[in-house]
Amino acid sequence: MSTGVHEPPPEAPAQDEAATAAAQVAAPPEVIADSLGEYVRIWLKRVRSGESGALPVIIGLVAIVVYFQARNSLFLSAGNLVNLVIQGAVFIVLGMAEVFVLLLGEIDLSVGFNAAIGATITAWLAFSAPWWVAILAGLAATTAIGALQGTLITRLRLPSFVVTLAGLLGLEGLLIVLVSRSGHGRGVTIPIRNSIIDDLTTGNLGPAAGWVVIVVIVVLAGVFLVLRDRRRRASNLVAPPASVTALKVAAMAAAGAAVVLVGNTNRGIRIPVRGVPWVVFIVLGILTLWTALLGRTRFGRYVYAIGGNAEAARRAGANLVMIRTVAFTLCGLTAGAAGVIYASRLGSISTNVDGGQLVLFAVASAVIGGTHLYGGVGRMLHAVLGGLVVAVIYNGLGLLGLSAAVTDIVTALVLLAAVTVDTLARRGRATG
Amino acid sequence: MTMRGAADGARPASAGRASSPAADLQASGNSTNEGPLLQLRGVGKSFGPVQALADIDLEIPTGAVTAIVGDNGAGKSTLIKTISGIWEPDHGDIIWMGSPVHLHSPRAAAALGIATVYQDLALCDNLDIVQNMFLGREVIRHWQLDEISMELAAKRTLSDLAVMSVRSIRQPVASLSGGQRQAVAVAKAVMQQARLVIMDEPTAALGVTQTHIVLDLIGQLASRNIAVIVISHNLNDVMAIADRVAVLHLGRLVAVGPISGFDTSAIVDLMTTGTSSRLGREGTEAAPARGTKGPDTPADGTHPGEAE
Repeated sequence: MSTGVHEPPPEAPAQDEAATAAAQVAAPPEVIADSLGEYVRIWLKRVRSGESGALPVIIGLVAIVVYFQARNSLFLSAGNLVNLVIQGAVFIVLGMAEVFVLLLGEIDLSVGFNAAIGATITAWLAFSAPWWVAILAGLAATTAIGALQGTLITRLRLPSFVVTLAGLLGLEGLLIVLVSRSGHGRGVTIPIRNSIIDDLTTGNLGPAAGWVVIVVIVVLAGVFLVLRDRRRRASNLVAPPASVTALKVAAMAAAGAAVVLVGNTNRGIRIPVRGVPWVVFIVLGILTLWTALLGRTRFGRYVYAIGGNAEAARRAGANLVMIRTVAFTLCGLTAGAAGVIYASRLGSISTNVDGGQLVLFAVASAVIGGTHLYGGVGRMLHAVLGGLVVAVIYNGLGLLGLSAAVTDIVTALVLLAAVTVDTLARRGRATG
Repeated sequence: MTMRGAADGARPASAGRASSPAADLQASGNSTNEGPLLQLRGVGKSFGPVQALADIDLEIPTGAVTAIVGDNGAGKSTLIKTISGIWEPDHGDIIWMGSPVHLHSPRAAAALGIATVYQDLALCDNLDIVQNMFLGREVIRHWQLDEISMELAAKRTLSDLAVMSVRSIRQPVASLSGGQRQAVAVAKAVMQQARLVIMDEPTAALGVTQTHIVLDLIGQLASRNIAVIVISHNLNDVMAIADRVAVLHLGRLVAVGPISGFDTSAIVDLMTTGTSSRLGREGTEAAPARGTKGPDTPADGTHPGEAE
């Protein structure tokens, strides 16, 4: 019985695996490095293969900041930085809304006008209702719009691009109707008549309180990381080297200290204005909540699974219709939060909201930060980093006195560059 | 000489199969105390006028590798899709561990312990090995994913299988080779207590080393008393790992029996023409004998309305 018997070669899995690992994506350093040096080495390898983490974006951000500071020394003033962060909060939160659907490989083009609808309803109700009722009603409206679009996309299997493009147009019309019917501000602009909603962006945490809150946040995050590593080690699992965790905590502490130092610098012109704006903590809160939802729940796991391989997720038992609909719903909810921040910053909401530009900034924020357009890869943190990049460009070009046209073109070029890098890296992985 | 001995000679030496007496009995089809794990009786399936499967009688013993071979269009895919619950047969019975079952969905098949491993469809590239192995069966503790217990269980299963050495089971599946990916898919099936693992063309598009890993893995499964069905075009692989072989030709089962009763040229004859003059050793059942023996009437479990 030896005719045609398969003669197996001598076992050589080690070389084989080394070859494939080099050709394909390297594993994240957190899971394989056991020293700081190795961590850095693996990380560099990943950056070269296009699987970059957050640091390249941060380096790019620093480069742009240096450029603008060289052109205009006011750029890094406390007043401008705080202004930049408040502007950026809108892009960041809209970007986080977009991450939910980008992870599925879908897109929501309506987030800009959806946010404006939420802002309008909040502003309108703020005339008569308590601030929290107004905000909840605004969020409920955008959530419902997200759920409606998500239902159309999943139940009728329509392309998200087309459904949300219709949403972009239709919601712009609805915005005009709502604002004119509100009977406030001559049918063009509804002012925000509620000091608490106003203060979400313009109000500040006192200087001392700012320090306390930041210290508490950094300590909590540090304790969380250390406990997680310790639990993994206790179970005999690989944990990141202690030096890496220490570096991460130190970086968080430095960033927190920088935020409080800048925020606490007097930026008032006649009367002193100090403190970290509330909106910083709102963004941090949304970031923490959504990061936990994506990273630590079954829903989040399925969002990534569907983005990676919908068929595999379906075979594993994920309810694709439900997960996708919920993702679009959460996208709507988050867009509503961005709308409230937007209206709070402007002190009003008008029919002139450029929802088309806002959605481009939202997608740009997510993608520049590192979220893939093809689904499956991305984090909420990406929207924060990318949103800051967009805000720096937006703010910096404005500071240089360049027109809105230039700002649009530059942002478009940065978005194109980010998408190109994303696509080329993906193609490199596919053919490599 | 048992067929197991013959098959062992043809198997990669490193496969390290434990040759348990129980498995021998099952594999040689002479099971005395226990019936086969899965039994098909007169299973037929048509798509419109095309008869994809005709009166298939097949027994799948536990702890053994059954290779299903056949030319393109012979009905291999239809057969495994019937077993994995994707299509219900038009007539005939599927008997699982002695009792008739209706495999009306992949979920029903999975609930019985039938796992199908496809090369590409099973894994999410962007998720890591642990996440893939627990996809759909995540462990939840305190409203959160219990990553540590999932990682420990995944680690245990993978090291039990001892076919794959990866740097970290937290690396994304995209960074794995073809053989390693199949190992992950198989480990997932093992972890979910599969009794029958169906592998569709497990070595297609794999290099020599990778093929070796997968063949090793198939041997591991059988030695854990799991039934394995392998669909393959590669007769070298079939001869190397299978305990039994079933040859399909134009939707009919033309031969089935211990691998020792076949050689490559006989299988090629059967695959291409449906008969072979090179057969005739002990234990091999050829087509003409089957036709007289099996009940040709559609069994009572016929579902006329469900033949889409």
